[in-house]
Amino acid sequence: MTQILISDPTLRDGNHAVAHQLDGEQIRAYAAAANAAGVPIVEVGHGNGLGASSLQVGEARLSDAEMLRIAREELTDVKLGAFAIPGFATMRRDLDMAIAAGSDVFRVGAHCTEADLTERHIGYLRDAGREVYGVLMMSHMAPPERLCEEALKMESYGAQGVIVMDSAGAFLTDDLRAKIAALVDATSIAIGFHGHNNLCLAVANSVAAVNEGATILDGTARGFGAGAGNTELEVLIAVLAELGHDTAIDLYKVLDAADLAERELVQQLPRTDSVGIVSGLAGVFSGYSKPVRRIAKDFGVDPRDVFFALGRREVIAGQEDVILEVATALRDAVERIGHNDTGGTFDGHAN
Amino acid sequence: MSAGATRGGGVRDRGSRWRRRRRWSGSTSHGRLRVGIVGTGNIGTDLMLKVVRSPLLDCTLFVGRNLDSAGMRRAASLGVPVSDGRIDAIVQDPGRFDLVFDATSAQDATRHWAILSELGLPVIDLTPAKLGKLCIPALNLAECIGEPNLCMVTCGGQAAVPLAHCIVRTQPQVGYVEIVSTSAARSVGPATRVNIDEYLATTEAAVGRFCHVGRAKSILVVNPSNPPIKMQNTVFAKAEEVDMPALRAAVDEMVARIQAYVPGYRLVVPPIHENGRIAITVQVAGAGDYLPEYAGNLDIITCAAVAAAEESARAFRQEATVATHG
Repeated sequence: MTQILISDPTLRDGNHAVAHQLDGEQIRAYAAAANAAGVPIVEVGHGNGLGASSLQVGEARLSDAEMLRIAREELTDVKLGAFAIPGFATMRRDLDMAIAAGSDVFRVGAHCTEADLTERHIGYLRDAGREVYGVLMMSHMAPPERLCEEALKMESYGAQGVIVMDSAGAFLTDDLRAKIAALVDATSIAIGFHGHNNLCLAVANSVAAVNEGATILDGTARGFGAGAGNTELEVLIAVLAELGHDTAIDLYKVLDAADLAERELVQQLPRTDSVGIVSGLAGVFSGYSKPVRRIAKDFGVDPRDVFFALGRREVIAGQEDVILEVATALRDAVERIGHNDTGGTFDGHAN
Repeated sequence: MSAGATRGGGVRDRGSRWRRRRRWSGSTSHGRLRVGIVGTGNIGTDLMLKVVRSPLLDCTLFVGRNLDSAGMRRAASLGVPVSDGRIDAIVQDPGRFDLVFDATSAQDATRHWAILSELGLPVIDLTPAKLGKLCIPALNLAECIGEPNLCMVTCGGQAAVPLAHCIVRTQPQVGYVEIVSTSAARSVGPATRVNIDEYLATTEAAVGRFCHVGRAKSILVVNPSNPPIKMQNTVFAKAEEVDMPALRAAVDEMVARIQAYVPGYRLVVPPIHENGRIAITVQVAGAGDYLPEYAGNLDIITCAAVAAAEESARAFRQEATVATHG
């Protein structure tokens, strides 16, 4: 039996699913339910974390400070988490605010090959006495050796654990196993996994990660999250209990929290539809799901073409402006050749 | 901002001293401005290669910490004098320089400026330390002559602030502008990475300074894909209605103005208006001087720095002509 630390980003990753429009009452209600269930860490904010509310990735209904404040009031027994991606979040503007708002746990993320962007932010938060984890986003894109190098950098900056994020929902289980095993072997800090469900593997991948030595797992209520959704928290808790792992979470109360989320937060239950499958196959960051669908519709192009073109461009989190470039180029190509069958081969480069 | 204002005041005092002291040393190198470059990373090395080609500039010393670095070896192979003596190499013989380019980090540039300003040496700063006057050649080159410390903003700022300027000038109702810059991982060196917060703050400060817009935000993305992507910049602005003909004309004119000193600057998504926002995307291809063509993020700031230095060189020459014949 292993003690598994559960972190719940329903109120952060879930914001992607509603174009960052979670309101104060929703945050309050879910935070109270997660607190009652004893979910150890509840992460709150814009889908891309602190400082990310923008025209590039979507403006949030509430400010970061407001979201943290409301959640903090309800999280009397568990920790408040915040997510920060350097390049969006800065130390003085965003981290200082989140520290003052009472965030206990910080996750500092970077694309999985660019960990050195997190050096100052991790150090800054450790100096402020906070619990800090590094996050390797889009981890399907780098080989195990490279992930180990990057995780070791985060460890040297002061991270107390490193979370492997399957930000695109693209991980196949064997690939994930190899990477988690390598990371557990190479580092002396906790390793975690954050799954997405494009290929319906999120719970299975989470269990596989634990079998390889991961001790931190992420899940969201009903899978409420970007793209095809995250690992379903309530399923994960049930499966881990069946396997004899300890999460210290009350099963009935986490089921209640999931029911509440479905009623109060979720507009459409996450599922992997045709576009979601293509998104996963193309290996595109799950946060692109909503903007790609909207822009494809507005520009009269096939969202699947847009996703494959974005995949070929190897876009990472935060490059949503490329959607406009790709959609413009696809539309122009369609107008040039007079029909909309680009055969999935057009590269979507504007010329 | 009060700390910055105080510092700015000090800078102006030193500037007048600099103008008194350094008048006319520029004539000693076949009429070319003698420049030192501190910092031999991606930006410093790309800059050195452009300075070597300039008919108005003469690189009299390329200064770093390690003679074995790729940049140092490149400079030495071109016959450019090199030193691993850090800033001390400049301090020991300040008479060899009319101007110093700083291509280190924001932290080092701040320390260097304290030393160089005491020596009366003007600095063109390619780090985001934001110590002196913000300079974007397409917007304010003429008013930068004679400034003791020029801050070349950031690569994203050089590429995108002129476009933000076009938006705000033609759409005065705009109250929020956003700049997103994406560069290839291989072209983003360690100093830029450690300075990511300063990069964002300085880019946002430049939007405020040049565009007088209520609110600005800057985002930086480092993309590792292979083959590496060209530097890309998108400017967004919130706007319900847009005077598109005026915006297009302003953007076309601005792109041509920037292309005059950054040949690889190219509009890839002309102004569009969708979903309550204006978007414009430009791509910057580099000249391939140090890193290959993808590293336009180096060229956009090194070309701007060279343009600023050459403008100073021209001003020196003109002043020399007046001094000789007047």
